[in-house]
Amino acid sequence: MKKHLDLFLTMLKIGLFTFGGGYAMIALLENEFVSKKKWIEKDEFLDMVAIAESTPGPIAINVSTYIGYKMLGFLGSLIATVAVCIPSFVIIYTISLFFDTFLSLTLVSYAFRGIQVCVIWLILSAGLKMLKQMKKTPLNIVILSAVILCMVAFSVFSASFSTIFYILISGTVGLFVYLISLLRKRKENDE
Amino acid sequence: MIYIELFLNFLQVGAVSFGGGYAMISLIREKVLMNGWLSEGELLNMIAVSESTPGPIAVNMATFVGSKQGGILGSFVATLGVVLPSFIIILIIASLIRNFLKYKGIQAFLGGIRPCVVGLILATALTMLMSSLFAFKSIDSEATLDAKGLIIFAVIAATAVIYKRIKEKPLSPILLILLSAGLGMVMYSI
Repeated sequence: MKKHLDLFLTMLKIGLFTFGGGYAMIALLENEFVSKKKWIEKDEFLDMVAIAESTPGPIAINVSTYIGYKMLGFLGSLIATVAVCIPSFVIIYTISLFFDTFLSLTLVSYAFRGIQVCVIWLILSAGLKMLKQMKKTPLNIVILSAVILCMVAFSVFSASFSTIFYILISGTVGLFVYLISLLRKRKENDE
Repeated sequence: MIYIELFLNFLQVGAVSFGGGYAMISLIREKVLMNGWLSEGELLNMIAVSESTPGPIAVNMATFVGSKQGGILGSFVATLGVVLPSFIIILIIASLIRNFLKYKGIQAFLGGIRPCVVGLILATALTMLMSSLFAFKSIDSEATLDAKGLIIFAVIAATAVIYKRIKEKPLSPILLILLSAGLGMVMYSI
């Protein structure tokens, strides 16, 4: 029972103090669970992070659920996930009650017009950073350019095509290209 | 019913948004704009608030939009929706298929998604730039330039790039947001 409470409080603390999203949280989780408490081995933690990055959903939630499960099974995963969400839920819910009143102040609304521009820059630079890190294989470049072209064109002509389809189609293309290369290899081996 | 709609829309965001963080913005944007839950400006405001408060952006957005549309219960169902897919998928992987990443087929599928996510972020930033700074939404609407906004964008971009060159580490997003708030107050007051 003590371990359950400990897990809950640690996750609550991490949920409260991580600014800047997933990767900042991963560093904190590693510090708490691997270095300080030694509840999880370093290698195992790295595997968890790799899986959290490859599965859909917020990375911080994925890692927390995984850590909770590893430590205390289903109940642990529930405790960890709920605890890590509580701080942001409470904070954002409180902000949502006052935000419109706050924005109705003229000077604040001016400030937010500046902030909106800044957010677009933040998103753009996050995208550019990922572009730099992306392996420039022909397949990657084709998928990347096709997605950008289609999405910008669809929005210019105000046609709707859900983001979900881009993701599913790209994944299928990746799988398809792999299967073709597999078939080719098999044929070469036969000959 | 609004609660079911909030739940289902954010369930989709949680279930198919790969890459976390800003990579989830394109689908969140599509959902909130399509349902008329937020305007482009309100969405950008909320991203800034998420960036300056703890917690994952997707969870923060779900909580905020839920609260605006359906009070505390709306806030709860939207947050539950965005978290539930992660929870279920990780439980399945952790209990049944721990070597999930070793399968070549899954690697190939995820390998196709990776460049797609980069494209989605870049395209989202470009369309946001067009609609916010040029008021350009589609080919039917007339474009007007927000010159003050463009100046702020240029200053922010230059500051971020120069800081990174000199200090060799990126400037914290919160500091950039504060700088842009100050610029906004000055520029739009005159």
